[in-house]
Amino acid sequence: MSASWCIKNGRIIDPANKIDRIGDLLVLDGCIANPKQPIPPGVPEIDAQGLWVVPGLIDMHVHLREPGEEYKEDILSGARAAASGGFTGMACMPNTKPINDCAAVTAMIVARAAEAAIRVYPVGAISLGCEGKQLAEFGEMREAGVVAVSDDGRPVRDSQLMRRALEYASDFGLPVISHSEEASLSSGVMHEGPVATRLGLKGIPAAAETIMVYREIALAELTGAQVHIAHVSTAMAVELIRAAKGRGVRVTAETAPHYFTLTDEAVAGYDTNAKMNPPLRSAADREAIKQALADGTIDAIATDHAPHSILEKEVEFDLAANGIIGLETALPLTLALVRDHVIDERRLVELLAVMPATILGLAKGTLHPGAVADITLIDPQRQFAYSADQVVSKSRNSPFLDWILQGRAVLTMVGGAIRHNLSV
Amino acid sequence: MASGKAFAHHHILGMEQFSREDISHILATADSFKEISTRSIKKVPTLRGHTVINLFFEPSTRTRLSFEVAAKRMSADTFNISPTTSSTTKGETLADTARNISAMHPDIIIIRHPCSGAPLLLTRYVQAAVINAGDGAHEHPSQGLLDLMTVKEHRTTLSGLKVAIVGDIAHSRVARSNITGFTRMGSAVYVYGPATLIPKGIDQLGATLCGSLEEAVRDADVVMTLRIQRERQNDPLLPSLREYARQFSISQRILELARPDAIVMHPGPVNRGVELPPEVADGPQSVILDQVTNGVAVRMALLYLVMGTA
Repeated sequence: MSASWCIKNGRIIDPANKIDRIGDLLVLDGCIANPKQPIPPGVPEIDAQGLWVVPGLIDMHVHLREPGEEYKEDILSGARAAASGGFTGMACMPNTKPINDCAAVTAMIVARAAEAAIRVYPVGAISLGCEGKQLAEFGEMREAGVVAVSDDGRPVRDSQLMRRALEYASDFGLPVISHSEEASLSSGVMHEGPVATRLGLKGIPAAAETIMVYREIALAELTGAQVHIAHVSTAMAVELIRAAKGRGVRVTAETAPHYFTLTDEAVAGYDTNAKMNPPLRSAADREAIKQALADGTIDAIATDHAPHSILEKEVEFDLAANGIIGLETALPLTLALVRDHVIDERRLVELLAVMPATILGLAKGTLHPGAVADITLIDPQRQFAYSADQVVSKSRNSPFLDWILQGRAVLTMVGGAIRHNLSV
Repeated sequence: MASGKAFAHHHILGMEQFSREDISHILATADSFKEISTRSIKKVPTLRGHTVINLFFEPSTRTRLSFEVAAKRMSADTFNISPTTSSTTKGETLADTARNISAMHPDIIIIRHPCSGAPLLLTRYVQAAVINAGDGAHEHPSQGLLDLMTVKEHRTTLSGLKVAIVGDIAHSRVARSNITGFTRMGSAVYVYGPATLIPKGIDQLGATLCGSLEEAVRDADVVMTLRIQRERQNDPLLPSLREYARQFSISQRILELARPDAIVMHPGPVNRGVELPPEVADGPQSVILDQVTNGVAVRMALLYLVMGTA
C-alpha cells in the first residue's frame, strides 16, 4: 500500500500550527511533508475539494471489551468503528475482564492492537482490580504502553489512595483520569429531577458529581499532579473546573457528545439506550456543558464508547447496563455545535484531536511537517441515516439510531495508510 | 350494563394515558358492574373463553386477589404466575418469559413488577392486552381508578375537590397515579411528607407541595395516606416508625382540620398506628374497605374494556 499521497484542494485546519487555509497537503512515506517540497512524480492524488483536512481525531475514552467480553466488542471491531467515525487513535479504559491492572494485560492489548485499523492507547487501572485498595504498578504498565491510569466506572472512594495515585502517577508522567461520582449518592439509574419523578425511577443527583470533582481538584491542588475529569455532565462541575483552572490547578476535563446533545427527557419510554453513567442531565446542565466547550473550561470531547449487547439492554430499565456506543456519532454531533455557532471549526479540531493528544502526552493532533500522517478528511455537509444495519461496532446500543446526522469522516488515514474511505 | 362506547386503549399502563373522558367512561362502566358482586350468583358470562394471566413479580395479596376475583366474576379463565413459581429465578429475562406466555395465546396479561416501565417493556413481546398492576414507583392505574370511584361515590363529583396525599410520595406508584387522576378530573392535589420521601419536581406532575401537615389537611375533602417503609436498600429514610407516627400520622386532631365530611383513604395494607391510628383507620370517615370493594368493580371494567378493543 502506498504511504504517499497528495491531498488536493482541501480546507486544512491545523490549530496546533495556527493554520486554516485551502490548499494541498503532501504525505510522503507516511509522514507530513514540508509544503514547499515539490510533489514527486507518481504520488496519487486525493481530491479534497469541499472537505476539511484535519489532524486525525483521538478519542481519549473508549471501552473495547477485550479481553473478556468480545461478544460486545473487540479491539479490532472497535478500531473499525473508530476509523469509520474519523478517529486515528483511541485510549481504552482498563475495565476489561481481566482488568488491565498489570503489564501482562497491557502487553496483550498492545499486541492485539498492532493489527487494528487505528492506534490504540491503553489506560491502566489505578488500583488492583479497580477495587480501590492497592495501587497498580504504574511504572511497569507505563513501560508496557499505558498512557494514563483510571479506575473508570468504579470511582476511587478512598481519598488517601487517590492522593497517592496522583503523586505516584506524576513520577511517570501519567495523567490520572477520574470518573467523578460519589458512590453513596449514585445508586440511582438516571438524573434526579422531575423526569425521574414522573417515570418513577431512582435518581442520581448532580451533587454526586460535584462532590467528587471538588475532591479531585483539592487533591490535584494538594499534590501538584495532573488530574483529568472524565465525562463531565453537570453545570456545577463545570463551575468548579473553571474556578480551579483560574487559580492554576492542573485539571483538565472531557465531556461526551450525549451530554451536549441530549437531556434526561431522552429516558422517557424507559429507553435503555439513554441509560449511562453519569446520567443524561437537565437542559440547564446541557447549556453549561456547551458553554464550557466554547470557553475552554472543557478541553476535550471523548465518546465513552461503551458497547453492550441486547442481553444487557433489552431488559427492565433498572436492570440495564450503563453506557452507549459513540465512535460513529461523535463527529457529526460535534459538527452540529459548529452549525449552531456554539464553537467554530478550529475549536472542533482542538476538542477532538489536539487536546486529547496533549492531555495524554501523545505527539499527535498536528499536521506539522515531519509528523506521522494521521489525518481525517471531513465532509461537513454529507448527511447519513445512522440505522442499525449500518453500525460498524459489534453493538448497537445508541440513542442516536435512526437519526439523520450531518457531517461525516469520509477518509481516515493512519500513518499514511487509508483505513476508511467513503470519498471515492 | 356498560355503554357500548369505543375504548381506545389496548393496554392499560398508567393513568397518564387517560383523558378525562376515558376516566369517566371507565368509572361509569365500573359502576354498572358493581352490582354483580352483590348477587347471590356472582358471575356473568362476559369474558367466557378468555384467558387472563396474573404475572406477579412482586408479592401482592389484595391486588392479585382483586384482579382474580374480577376476572372470575366475568367468567374468564385465570392463571397466576409469581416469581417463586416462575422460571425468572433461573435467570430468564422478562422478554423470554413474555414470549413464552404469549405463545400460549392469552387474552390479557396483568403484570406487577418492581421495576418501573416493565409493563411497557412487556407490550413489545406480546399480542395480549397488558394491564399494569403496579410497576416500581411509576404507576398503579387500577388503584388510582378505584380511588377516584370511591371519592366519586362519597362526593358525587370529582372536580373542585381538595385532595391531600400524605406519606411516602417518593416510592409510591399510587401517589403518581392519583396525582394524575385527580388533577385530570379537575381536583387539586396537595402532597406532604418527610422531606426524605418527597421526590424532586413533584410539582411538575401537578401537585402542590405543602410545608406542613396542617396545610395539607386543612379543608381537605379527601385525606389519603400512603404506606411507609423505614429503610430501603440501605437508604436511611426515617429514624423510626415511632417518630413517623408522632410527626406525620393523621391523628383525630389533625383530621379535624379537614372538612367535617372529609373521607380518609389508604391503598393498604395499613401499618396500624403508623400512617393512621386505629381510631381513624376504623373510624366513621374511613372508606378503606369501600376502596377494596370498588377495586373489584374497576378491574372488571378494565378487563371488559380492553377486551372490547381486541
